[in-house]
Amino acid sequence: MLRRLASLPVVLVCVVTITFFLIRLSPGGPFDSERKLPAAIEKQLLAKYKLDGPIVTQYTSYLKDLLHGDLRLSTKYRNRSVNEILAQTLPVTLTLGVTALLIAITIGIWLGAFAAARPGTLAEFGALAVMLLAISLPSFVLGPLLILIFSIKLAWLPVGGWGTPAQLLLPSLTLALPYAAVIARLLHDSLRETLLEDFVRTARAKGLSERVVVYRHALRVAILPVVSYLGPLTANLLTGSIVVETIFHIPGAGGFFVNSILNRDGFLLGGVVIVYCVLLMLFNLLVDLSYRFLDRRIRA
Amino acid sequence: MSSARRLSASGKAAALVLAIMGLVVIVGPLLLPGSYSLPSPLTYAAPSTAHPCGTDLNGRDLLLRIMEGGRISLLVGLCGAAISLFIGTAYGLVAGSSGAGTDNAMMRAVDILYSVPRLIFILVFINAFNERLQLAASHHGWDWLVGSSRLVILILSLGIIEWLTMARIVRGQTLTLRERSYVAAARVLGVGYWTILLRHILPNLAGIILVYLTLAIPSVIIDEAFLSFLGLGVQAPQSSWGSLLAEGAASINPLKGAWGLILFPALALLTTLLALYSLGDAMRRKIGAKGD
Repeated sequence: MLRRLASLPVVLVCVVTITFFLIRLSPGGPFDSERKLPAAIEKQLLAKYKLDGPIVTQYTSYLKDLLHGDLRLSTKYRNRSVNEILAQTLPVTLTLGVTALLIAITIGIWLGAFAAARPGTLAEFGALAVMLLAISLPSFVLGPLLILIFSIKLAWLPVGGWGTPAQLLLPSLTLALPYAAVIARLLHDSLRETLLEDFVRTARAKGLSERVVVYRHALRVAILPVVSYLGPLTANLLTGSIVVETIFHIPGAGGFFVNSILNRDGFLLGGVVIVYCVLLMLFNLLVDLSYRFLDRRIRA
Repeated sequence: MSSARRLSASGKAAALVLAIMGLVVIVGPLLLPGSYSLPSPLTYAAPSTAHPCGTDLNGRDLLLRIMEGGRISLLVGLCGAAISLFIGTAYGLVAGSSGAGTDNAMMRAVDILYSVPRLIFILVFINAFNERLQLAASHHGWDWLVGSSRLVILILSLGIIEWLTMARIVRGQTLTLRERSYVAAARVLGVGYWTILLRHILPNLAGIILVYLTLAIPSVIIDEAFLSFLGLGVQAPQSSWGSLLAEGAASINPLKGAWGLILFPALALLTTLLALYSLGDAMRRKIGAKGD
């Protein structure tokens, strides 16, 4: 566990280094445009944004700033710091992401357990078909379709925007459903296997109701693959929210990420990547801890 | 051969759907009139016998665009998956056949890569190298590469990120295979490390590799569509299902009934993904492999 904790800074430095050099070594600077800037002005701009001097010095000074928690200035949104932009947009992205995570887990576990508790029935077959369909409906397909149905044809929900619970509903469903299906399948497969084990037979032989057997005894063991999927899942949700924010016009960090690539806004881009990675690593640590708590058999 | 060893009916149906999809995408555009690819005054037309899927915002035939987009989507899916298969197999073989120390380190790296937002890095990567490749291509006079440099980079980079699952599976299988007596026999006879890997272990992995290839193709297709949807993947004049969906999503509004612009590309993508996943599942059941 300690070793794992120690590897975090190493990974983080790798992430920062790769991002920095990918951005800085790509041809074309942030101030290139149709009209060439006068040399003196360009020099001043580069100095202001600390983009002058040899690349190695730039890199070490960037690392130093990062250590102080300074993500530097955006080169596109002049006079706004990356910290400021992220402070405004990240809460939006996180609200969307956490809601989607909760929806995905709730629906996924319910559907998976529902299917696994009815082996060989039409209900199981139907649930599996629904899962396969949902997995094949990535958010950029599902989102526009949901808008088309619920916002335009039926006019029940707003087309986009941010701020009200109604505006949160469609985007978080769009983001969550494909992953709910993945969770459901994982749980279904592992629960089907667990239900064949001896301790489940014992529980049944004691005369416990099927409900208690499935949800109290078997689910506790069968949930482990789902717990270890939570790490990749959050990575996918964070990536997926970029597209969902675009579809529903939500002012989150994802939109700024896409624009920062198009605008060659290096520090904003780097800031988003770094913050996303830190969030994910912390979450993964949490998942690891809970995994150990759930399964005492794992010792490392 | 018992019935469980054969491909299930749903697997066969999925394979048939894929074959038809491939054929339509390759042959279809040749059968439609050439004028269908040109802009016309007939914009946002509803589906009709002349234009089965209607027309887009420039009056181009949507069916033709979907078929042409399908060429790109499927090409990226196949090539990207092939690259990921190559990397994943090589990585898994080496990890599974090396000692515990190397194996641990290599699999730990895979764990870490699983939980970083890989697509986000790839976006940065694509944009960093696309212009560079374009400059190099025009410098050397490789005209074919100038137009499709982005596609090449896209295929390469998606192959680079989708190999993790393959590496895990191959490594797991290698671990069990190398304990088999025929491998031990080969080792005792003095057969070299690489010869054992390539001659004795790799051929026994073929089945499971094929299964995960079938499952890697849809992942790559989804990734490509994701990037193109954001406008950061395939660029005009080329189009893919992802960029068609983006165009469709951009033209949603309650006044014009342009629902076909979303519905038809979505159906094409959905059908393909569904068929690929079903085929993968059926093949996995056939060889009796467990999912990860």
